[in-house]
Amino acid sequence: MKGFVGSVLLAAVLSIAQQGLAQARDFTVTAWGGAVQDAKRNIYFTPFGMEKGIKVLDDVYEGGWAPFKAMQDTGVVPWDVVQVETAELVRGCEEGIFAPLDWSKIGDKKDFVPYAVSQCGVGTTAWSIVIAYNKDSVKEGPATVQDFFNLQKWPGKRAMRRGPKINLEFALMADGVAPADVYKVLSTPQGIDRAFAKLDTIKPQIQWWKAGAQPTEWLASGDVALALAYNGRVSAALDEGKHFGIVWQNTQYDVDAWAIPAKSPYIELAHQFIKYASDPKRQADFTNIFAYGTTINGADKFIKPERITLLPAGDNLKTGLHIGSEEARAFWLDHLEELNERFNSWSGTSE
Amino acid sequence: MTAASPAAMTDLRAGLRRAERRRQVRAFGLVTPLLAFMLAIFVLPIASTLLFSISSTEMKTALPRTTAALANWSGDALPDETTYAALAADLAQGYAAKTVAGIATRLNQEIPGLRSLVMQTARKAETLPPPYRAAFAAVDPRWEDVATWRAMKSAAGPLTPRYLLQVLDLEREWDGSIVSVAPDRAVYITYLTRTFWMSIVVTLLCVAIGYPLAFYAAHCRPFARRLVLGSVLLPFLVSVLVRTAAWIVVLQKNGIVNSLLVWLGIVDQPVQLIFDRFGVYVVMVHVLLPFLVLPLYSVMRTIPALHMRAASSLGATPLSAFLSVYLPQSLPGLGAGAMLVFILSLGYYTTPALVGGPGDQMLSSLVTEFALEIGNWGMASAAATLLLISTLVSYLTFSRLFRARGFLP
Repeated sequence: MKGFVGSVLLAAVLSIAQQGLAQARDFTVTAWGGAVQDAKRNIYFTPFGMEKGIKVLDDVYEGGWAPFKAMQDTGVVPWDVVQVETAELVRGCEEGIFAPLDWSKIGDKKDFVPYAVSQCGVGTTAWSIVIAYNKDSVKEGPATVQDFFNLQKWPGKRAMRRGPKINLEFALMADGVAPADVYKVLSTPQGIDRAFAKLDTIKPQIQWWKAGAQPTEWLASGDVALALAYNGRVSAALDEGKHFGIVWQNTQYDVDAWAIPAKSPYIELAHQFIKYASDPKRQADFTNIFAYGTTINGADKFIKPERITLLPAGDNLKTGLHIGSEEARAFWLDHLEELNERFNSWSGTSE
Repeated sequence: MTAASPAAMTDLRAGLRRAERRRQVRAFGLVTPLLAFMLAIFVLPIASTLLFSISSTEMKTALPRTTAALANWSGDALPDETTYAALAADLAQGYAAKTVAGIATRLNQEIPGLRSLVMQTARKAETLPPPYRAAFAAVDPRWEDVATWRAMKSAAGPLTPRYLLQVLDLEREWDGSIVSVAPDRAVYITYLTRTFWMSIVVTLLCVAIGYPLAFYAAHCRPFARRLVLGSVLLPFLVSVLVRTAAWIVVLQKNGIVNSLLVWLGIVDQPVQLIFDRFGVYVVMVHVLLPFLVLPLYSVMRTIPALHMRAASSLGATPLSAFLSVYLPQSLPGLGAGAMLVFILSLGYYTTPALVGGPGDQMLSSLVTEFALEIGNWGMASAAATLLLISTLVSYLTFSRLFRARGFLP
């Protein structure tokens, strides 16, 4: 019996000691899971580890504030480089969760597209929201955002992302507001009423999605006629042989960025990783698999020509709205909770 | 046998009591690990989470001087210059220490727009020249609005009623009166009543489908019983996500059911069967049915067939024999099963999220939204508290209702 108690105690002590040692964990980078994670591992994580002669682990981070709140509260930092959306990047930078970057270790800011450069983040993957439709069932495709609201000519359900973000902007642009004025108009109560009123005109026909994979599935199965979807998902469906059309007018775009948690034990290595991942050829390799935009000049010449027209870049963004701009972020940080309540109240009633 | 002497009786009684006490101590000792376990990983975390719904300590931590200066402020007119100076010092320090963003987010809950006001002022706080009131007003005229300062005082804490009031669609005015929020922000009571209504419908549907099923399973041949119980239990072995995805395939616009309906000529156009309330009910009933059938079945198995025969031999029609003899005996199983289904429905999240529209979401979806997406712990905790209380009240109502009739142990 004594031996038993002793061995249990020993095991307990050992496991605590091991946890202490686990602080010295391997260099860890995150991506957004699934097939994207595999691609990023093959293109960035594993080759970087081989070049440096170290082990690089990868973990999944799929949005939200909860993991950073946990870092703040517990002081445990499981990641050294994390790929985040603009909202979290800015909030994390303001609250000191992400370290301010030493750009001299990363590269010349001028080599990046302007919206990829910030105090705590280096943009890596540009994405956008586009109108998509299934050419097999919609003979003459829509051409403008106004067409999305034309139920006579294009009857049937519309897939839209659940929540006020993206949809209020979209409604205003369809109502004739220029992209540059969207947030000015939204900042007034009349502007918000105007956006909801526009959405009211198609409300019974909206089918709300939550996961990025849903809208293209619904287009393929015929559940919806038109959809607002992530451009990368639409391109992935095209790669699978689906006949989808894309409308780029007033597309809403942003960029996901690499950021370094301020309490990471590998700050130096993290800078080296970001530099490594900001290489034009490597970014192009990723874009050739997933049609998300690159952020560094010179990547275009490595991208397959038929890909270029499918990317949130160049002419496709001419009438676009940058939803990661300072103006957009300030608006949503101030009004997200309030408009979320209004959206929940509005969308939950049938008329 | 002679009667024992009083002294011997007392000794015996004391001895018995001692033995009893020893037994109790030992029994308690045996359950101590379990109690400690429950306390440590169940009761304490839940209690500490619920505390978020009333706590408001951000002001005191991030803006200590301002909080102190506001303590004796009446709120009738703008605060004095020393309060402005205190805020300037707090903001400058908080901006350097990166603690301002947190309090800015907290104040934004009081008045939307305060977040950017506080951040913008904090950025300049270091260089603001006295007199501070004029300097603040130059940054933004809202600093000369008494409402801004009242918001800070309301948030000063350490406790706040705002989250719990908000989940009841109420808010507190500055004078202390409690009023309803504007109609376009009143969503939480709708969610609460919807949660109850959907749980009631799911429970009734489960009873309507599950009772005959359990009856058949309890009284048919062994082979058929194995088949019925197997098909009820089989879904149990598959994850909720997979079952839900399967239903999407079956019920979607060009899915199996719609193709069949069109082929049979019952409808000319495919009908909406999923991504609405109907779809949520179908999937929830499918997922929750075993929780009703299993307890009901086990009770029905113990009802002797003789009882029904005795009733018929005494002249009862099959219906009246069922109503007066069988049904009452099966009620304990029905009560337990229905209670399980109802309470599980109250906290349902996955199914409505995947196959429902915005009008089919229940309270738990609000908890997720606030905790994971928005990061407002106060509201997440208040919504969770509302859900917890609803569940406890339903449980107590149910068990009282059924225990009074002797249907529950």
